[in-house]
Amino acid sequence: MSDKLILPRAVEAAIRSVNPATTRRDFLKSSGALVLTLSAGAAPVGKALAQAAAAGPYTDPDYLELDTWIVIHPDNTATFYVGKTDGGQGTGTAFRQMMCDELDIAYDNAKLVMGTTDITPDQGGSGGSDGIERDGWPMRRTAAEARRVLLELASERLDTPVTGLTARDATISVTADPSRSVTYAELIGGRRFDIALSGDNINQTTGIAKVKPVQDLRVIGQSIPRYDIPGKVEGTNSWAVDVKLPGMVHARNVKPPIAGATLRSIDESSVSDMPGFVAVVNRRNYVAVVCEREEQAIDAARQLVVDWTPPAEAPFPASDDLFDYIRDTAPTSVSDTDDAGDPDTAFARAARVVEAEFEVPYQGHTAIGPAHALADPSDGQMTIYSNDMKSYGLRNGVAAFLDMPRDRVRVVYMDGPQMYGRTAADDVGFEAAFLAKELGRPVRVQWMRDEETAWDTKGPAYTFKMRGAIDGDGRMSALEYDARAIDYNHVNYNEPDTVLIAQLMGIRRENPDPGEAKIPQTQYAIPNRKMAASVISLPLAWETPLRTGNLRDPDGPQVTFAYESFVDEMAAAAGADPVEFRLDMIERSDEDPRLRRARSLATVRAAAEHYGWDSRPSPNPRMLEGGGPIATGRGIAFTHRNGTVVATIAEVEVNRETGGIWVKRLVCAHDCGLVVNPLGLTQTVECGMLHGLSRALWEEVQFDAEKVTSVDWATHPSLRHADTPESVEVVIVNGDPNPDRPDLPHYGAGEASHKPMIAAVANAVHDATGVRLRRVPFRRERVLEALRAYS
Amino acid sequence: MSLVTLRVNGQSHEVDIEPGTPLLYVLRNDLNLSGPRFGCGLAQCGACTVIVDGVAIRSCVTPAASVSGEITTLEGLSRDGQLDPVQQAWIAEQVPQCGYCQNGQIMTARALLDSNPNPTDAEIREGMQGVLCRCMTYYRIQKAIKRASRETAAASFRDGDTPASEGAKA
Repeated sequence: MSDKLILPRAVEAAIRSVNPATTRRDFLKSSGALVLTLSAGAAPVGKALAQAAAAGPYTDPDYLELDTWIVIHPDNTATFYVGKTDGGQGTGTAFRQMMCDELDIAYDNAKLVMGTTDITPDQGGSGGSDGIERDGWPMRRTAAEARRVLLELASERLDTPVTGLTARDATISVTADPSRSVTYAELIGGRRFDIALSGDNINQTTGIAKVKPVQDLRVIGQSIPRYDIPGKVEGTNSWAVDVKLPGMVHARNVKPPIAGATLRSIDESSVSDMPGFVAVVNRRNYVAVVCEREEQAIDAARQLVVDWTPPAEAPFPASDDLFDYIRDTAPTSVSDTDDAGDPDTAFARAARVVEAEFEVPYQGHTAIGPAHALADPSDGQMTIYSNDMKSYGLRNGVAAFLDMPRDRVRVVYMDGPQMYGRTAADDVGFEAAFLAKELGRPVRVQWMRDEETAWDTKGPAYTFKMRGAIDGDGRMSALEYDARAIDYNHVNYNEPDTVLIAQLMGIRRENPDPGEAKIPQTQYAIPNRKMAASVISLPLAWETPLRTGNLRDPDGPQVTFAYESFVDEMAAAAGADPVEFRLDMIERSDEDPRLRRARSLATVRAAAEHYGWDSRPSPNPRMLEGGGPIATGRGIAFTHRNGTVVATIAEVEVNRETGGIWVKRLVCAHDCGLVVNPLGLTQTVECGMLHGLSRALWEEVQFDAEKVTSVDWATHPSLRHADTPESVEVVIVNGDPNPDRPDLPHYGAGEASHKPMIAAVANAVHDATGVRLRRVPFRRERVLEALRAYS
Repeated sequence: MSLVTLRVNGQSHEVDIEPGTPLLYVLRNDLNLSGPRFGCGLAQCGACTVIVDGVAIRSCVTPAASVSGEITTLEGLSRDGQLDPVQQAWIAEQVPQCGYCQNGQIMTARALLDSNPNPTDAEIREGMQGVLCRCMTYYRIQKAIKRASRETAAASFRDGDTPASEGAKA
C-alpha cells in the first residue's frame, strides 16, 4: 500500500483557488471584508491541505450569498462554484461560458468547481438534462449580480456614474475616457462581496441585476473546446477511482447467487488465511470481504464460502417468458391516462383500422467502469469520493443511513464513468461509507463487472398494445394505447431505505414506490384518444437484481419506439409519406401554435431538408429491385423532451441474408433554443443518438427464473466500432417564431436525441424491407426471423 | 510475495507482489499510474489497455510477473513534452465524453497506427472493434484516428521521410 497521498484535484483546486493560505470554507465563514492578509509564502501543501479540507463540520454553502457562487481573485481571475456535475457532456464548459458572459470576464480567466457538497451550493447534481435548461439561470443571474456590484464599486472609485462605465475582460473603464480604468481584482480581489441574494429556492436565486439580452452575449454561442478533455486524453485527470488515502483498504461485495436467497452461514475460515485479509462484514444478506490490496479483495470475495437458502418461490419469470408475464398479470396501478373525443365512433366510421403490439425488454446502464466509491471515516466524520451524479443526495442519504449529522458527511464529486441516471454509483457510496464506519479505516469499494451488469438498476421492460383509425380523408382519427411497464418498487436516487445495501439488510419502506408507466406526449392532432399506462410487479419486489431505476430519458425510448413506430404504421396504412403525414398532424394539433407547433414544424422540416428526403410512402416501392442481399431504407421519428424538439432520420442497410442492420447515416435536427456551445452540443447529440442506437440494436437484460444471466459484455452487448454510422449529422435549429427575441431560452440536450432513436431505426427498416420490427433489440437473428415471416 | 521488476514508461520499478497479481493493479496501486482503468477484468472492454513492446494488451488479465518487455501507459505516450499525435488528434476532434474508456481507445489506436500507419475505414473498425465506449464516442474516435494518420504522414513528409502510401488501401 502506497503512502503517497493523492488529493482529489477538485478539492485541491477549490482550496487553492481562493487563497493558498486559507480554505474555501474559511472564506465563506469569514465575516471581515478582507481575508487575504496571510503571506502567500505560507501555502500549505500535501497532508496539511488535506487536513485543512477534512476539518469539518461540512455546512451547506448558502445559495443566498453571492460569495457562494463567485470569487474574484487578486490576479484578476474568477472561480465559479456550482452545484452540478458533468458526466462529460460539456455542461461544465457551458456553465463557465454562461457565467463569464454575464460577468464580463474572458473564458480563460475563470475556473468552475462542481458538485462537492461542502464547497458548492446544492443544485441537486445532474439529471433530466436540466442543467442548461434550469440550473444555468441562477448561474447567469448571480454572475450578472456580481457584475452589477463591481460596476457600483467602480463608479465610486472612478467617480463616474455606472451609465458612463464599460465592463470588459474583468476591467471597468470610463466609456468616454478608457485610460481611466480599474480591474475587478483592484475592486474586490480576494475579498468577499457580502451581497445577499433572494429566491425561495436555489433555482430562483437572483440579485437585483438582470441577465443580458441574447444580442449582448459574446461567450455564449462560441464553440469553446471542453476544459476537461486534455486531462482525460493526457492521463493527468484525477478520477474518483484514483483517490488513495493512507491506511485505506479494499472491499468487494458477495451477492446472493439466486435472487431472493437468504444467508444461512458464512465460513470465514475459507478466506481468513488469504494474503492481506482484513475482515468479512455481514449484516443479514449483505456480505463484503475486505483486504489490504485490491486484487486480494477480489480473490477473497470469489473464494468466500457462503451458504444460501433459495427462495420458496421463483423471484421472476425467465426473460423468454417476460412479455407473456406482463400481459397476463394484473397491474398494481394505472399511472397515466389520456382520454379525448369519442374513439368508439371514430373506429366505427374508420376507413382503415390498424392494430399493433410492441415489446421492449429491460435494458441496463452498464457503466463502462463498475460502480466505485472511497469513504474516509477520519475524525468521526465521513468523506465519500464518488462520481455519483447526485452528490448532494448521496451526502443526505448516507447521513440518514448511518445516523450521522448531515454536516458530518460530505461527498467530493470527481470524474467517473458515464452516469445516465440512477446507477449503482448510489449504492456503492452507501456501502463504502458503511464499511468505513464499521472498520474505522478508509474503505474503497468497486463492484465487479458481473455484479454491475446483473445488479445495477434497469430501465423497465414494456409491452404496448395499440389500435388506430384512419378516416376517409386519410388522417389518423383515433388512437387506443395500452402500455404496461414492470416498474413497481422503482428505486429512486440515494434513498437510505431503498439502496441495495439497505434492502439486503432487511430495511423495508412501508409503501414501496408505485412505479410509473408512461403515455406519449400527444404532439399530433389525434382527436379521439383512449390511452392508459399501467404498472406491473414481479413476484420478488425487494433484494432483486431486476430493480428499476431511471435510465437515460426514463421511459422515453420505449414509449417513443412504440408511438413513433405506430404513427409510421398509420402513415403507411394511409398511403402517405411519413414526413408529410407527421407535418399534417402537427399543423392541425392543438399545441401552442406560436411556440411549440412552430418549433415542431421547423425541426421536422429541417431534418427532412438536410437529409434530402424525397416524398413517397413507405415501404420503398422499389425495395425489391436489384435483387442483392442489401436493402436500403430511411425512417424518421420526432419527439419533444421538456423544452427541446428533435427529429431524427436514420438511413439503414439491412442484409436480407444475415438479418444484420447497419445504420449508415444519421441526421438529427435539434432545437434546444439558445445554444451555449455548438461544438459541445453537437458531440452530446451525436453520443445520445448512438447510445439510442445501441439500445435499438443490441441491449437486453436476460435472466432465467433464478438470476440475471446478463453478466458481461458478451451477455449484455453494446454498440461497437463496427456499428458506427458512416455519417452522423447534427442540424442545430432555432424554430422559435421570434428567433431573435432577446430572452431566447436555453433548453436541455443530453437525453432528447436519445429518445426517438429506436423508432427511427425501426421505421427505416420497414422502409427498406416492409418488415415492422416490434421487439427491441433488433439483433440479427430476430430480424432474420421477421424477414422470413414477411416473405 | 516475490520481487518483480517492471520497465514502465522508460523507468525500472521493483515491486513485491503475489505472483499472479494482474498488471493492472500493480500499475494503478503500486506505481500510481492511473491511465489504465478497471472495466471488466475479463479482457472484454479494453479500458485497462497498455502497450508492451508495441502490442496493445489487456492488463486486467495479464499477470505482472509474466511481463518482461517495455510497458507504455497513457502517461508515457508523450515524448519530450509533446503529446503523441494520437492524443493531439483526440483533443482536436474533442473525442471523449466521460473519458473513462479513452485510455483503451487511445492506446489501441496507437498500436494500430504503429502496425498500420494508413488504415482504411474498415481496418480502423476492425482494429478498434474490441474496445468499448458506453458514451458512444466511436464516431469521433474514428475521425481522430484518421486525423492522426494523416497528420503523422504529413509530418514525416515535412521531415523528408518517404510519405506513407496514401490511398494504397482505399
